[in-house]
Amino acid sequence: MADAKVIPFDEDRPRRRMPRRVRSVPAAEQVAQEPAAQEPVAPAPEPAPAERGDGWDRRIAGGLAFLRRRVTGEYEVDDFGYDKELTDQVLMSLMRPLYDKYFRVEVKGIENIPAKGGALIVANHSGTLPLDGLMLQVAVHDHHPAERHLRLLAADLVFMLPVVNELARKAGHTLACAEDAQRLLEAGELVGVMPEGFKGIGKPFGDRYKLQRFGRGGFVSTALRAGTPIVPCSIVGAEEIYPMVGNAKTLARLLGIPYFPITPTFPWLGPLGAVPLPTKWTIQFGEPIPTDGYAAEAAEDPMLMFNLTDQVREQIQHTLYKLLVQRRSVFF
Amino acid sequence: MGKVVLVTGAARQLGGRFVRRIQRDPEVERVIAVDAVAPPHRLGSAEFVRTDIRQSSIARVLAEHAVDTVVHLAVTGGRPVAGGAHSAVKETNVIGTMQLLGACQKSPTVRRLVVKSSTSVYGGTPRDPAVFTETTQPKSLPSGGFAKDAAEVEGYVRGFARRRPDVAVCVLRFANILGPFADSALAEYFSMPVMPTVLGYDPRLQFVHEDDVLEVLRLAAQEPRRGTLNSGTFNIAGDGVLLLSQCSRRLGRPTLPLLLPALTWVGSALRAVGVTDFSPEQMRLLTHGRVVETTQMREVLGFEPLYTTTETFADFARSRGNGLLPPERVGRAVDRVAAMLDADGPQDDVDTVEGARR
Repeated sequence: MADAKVIPFDEDRPRRRMPRRVRSVPAAEQVAQEPAAQEPVAPAPEPAPAERGDGWDRRIAGGLAFLRRRVTGEYEVDDFGYDKELTDQVLMSLMRPLYDKYFRVEVKGIENIPAKGGALIVANHSGTLPLDGLMLQVAVHDHHPAERHLRLLAADLVFMLPVVNELARKAGHTLACAEDAQRLLEAGELVGVMPEGFKGIGKPFGDRYKLQRFGRGGFVSTALRAGTPIVPCSIVGAEEIYPMVGNAKTLARLLGIPYFPITPTFPWLGPLGAVPLPTKWTIQFGEPIPTDGYAAEAAEDPMLMFNLTDQVREQIQHTLYKLLVQRRSVFF
Repeated sequence: MGKVVLVTGAARQLGGRFVRRIQRDPEVERVIAVDAVAPPHRLGSAEFVRTDIRQSSIARVLAEHAVDTVVHLAVTGGRPVAGGAHSAVKETNVIGTMQLLGACQKSPTVRRLVVKSSTSVYGGTPRDPAVFTETTQPKSLPSGGFAKDAAEVEGYVRGFARRRPDVAVCVLRFANILGPFADSALAEYFSMPVMPTVLGYDPRLQFVHEDDVLEVLRLAAQEPRRGTLNSGTFNIAGDGVLLLSQCSRRLGRPTLPLLLPALTWVGSALRAVGVTDFSPEQMRLLTHGRVVETTQMREVLGFEPLYTTTETFADFARSRGNGLLPPERVGRAVDRVAAMLDADGPQDDVDTVEGARR
């Protein structure tokens, strides 16, 4: 495949031996992971016909109770507009088929996310459309033993678009700014950020898996102020869902968006061209980087901020290369 | 020595209630109520002085009565009291405040100034943080209407506080004030049979109950209690957040989502026929919503609101009567469907549930 820019590492075995090793491992892993992944989706295994009817009854009753709460407005949202019930019952279920069946996301290192308290997950960003963020959200919720909810920090463009802003707020996302991030972290929430921003998601296909600049490293000082660990996260597979071969800059400027992607299929095939390629994804969470050992004024120290930012960036980049070396193919 | 409290904007509903409330305080000796028009309600034992705060005569009133506490409530966004023009409201807000502050600056007796402001000074754009604190700088200044007035008023008040450091100045930024007697533009909006909304936006709203407003104004007009400080700027809002969609469902009033340009047009049409005051400022609130942090209110001002946002809204909804789709009836309809499903075989009705969920 086109993974030519992969740098083999010393600690990895030579590339030629990879396929054999990997072929056996995912098979075993899949078997081990499948029940865990499936569990939240279909919680009621149906052994006997009598119980089966019961299960349906319960589901209908639950659905109607949910519907009743929705139509009478008797549900709660938090200060950010996060609607936990809607996210759990509807939005997650809508994303799960994409997660389970289409991208077949494999999650590694979920134990690196703390079971409670605030933590900042820092991930690479790619794929033209921010599907990686949504999949990350499902991954954390479905695989973490505490079923933690990830609160993503999104670009202001998200909150300018009608409908999108409404859904983003209800799914628990908020604007990527220091105030919101710090408030969420101090409230003990799990916050997800993709510091590459538009530079990462809108980079050409040729630059895939090359981390872009990590903004000004604001996320590090926010985590430092809140004293929460930083969990680096590498997402492989999202780069190839829309191979962006060109960027219609004039059109993008006209539409007021940061880039207008041109892929082999989009916009040539119209809406059909907007269907993402069914790549196989791997999400790996790395060792958390603690931030609570620093003095209070450390968050103002630019040198330390740059060093920590680089450390996070390096760790994500290394893991990306490692995962790429292990990958058999883009699609399987 | 008893205090002499001067209250501006006494002809409005909130001002009138505050005048009646503050005169019950033991340490208050006299209350001077001021407005340009005669109030339609009783003011108790307060002395009503009919004067326009846009004129310099307000200085004479301050001197004559040796006022030591000024509670400035004549900063409002509603429509004029007795058939006046919108420009008159703006003039009262801005010019009136300037005159009043000028008079306060010259008065040797004034010790305390309380100004009613609004959280609309934060504006509200997609690029603002989700929760505003007192120190948040608005990304874009409000372009007009009440929000701009309030921002300008606060600017003048800050200037006054610099020039008269001996006067305790308290600026209270209230979230949307609701309650059984509310006559604000938002209350009018929630009383419409069908509420036009902006398509694709579900703003987060925060309310504060009228009773809490009176209570916090009283707290700010008094000497600070032990361990608290009542000068400075404070956000005042009930706990929690309601989405506009939740509000409409709880009221039982259906919404009519319109594209933003269409809504602007409908808004100006409604404004022209006088149904409701659909200002650009309100449009902004109904698009992006606004939520403020109230830690300062609790920890510094020492005020705990009695009503949360949800309770405030429930109290307001009770006072307004049922809409077209009362939540009880909608809830009963769902229950009937549930009863019907129980009677039928449960297997074949899954589609209905799935469909209804959407």
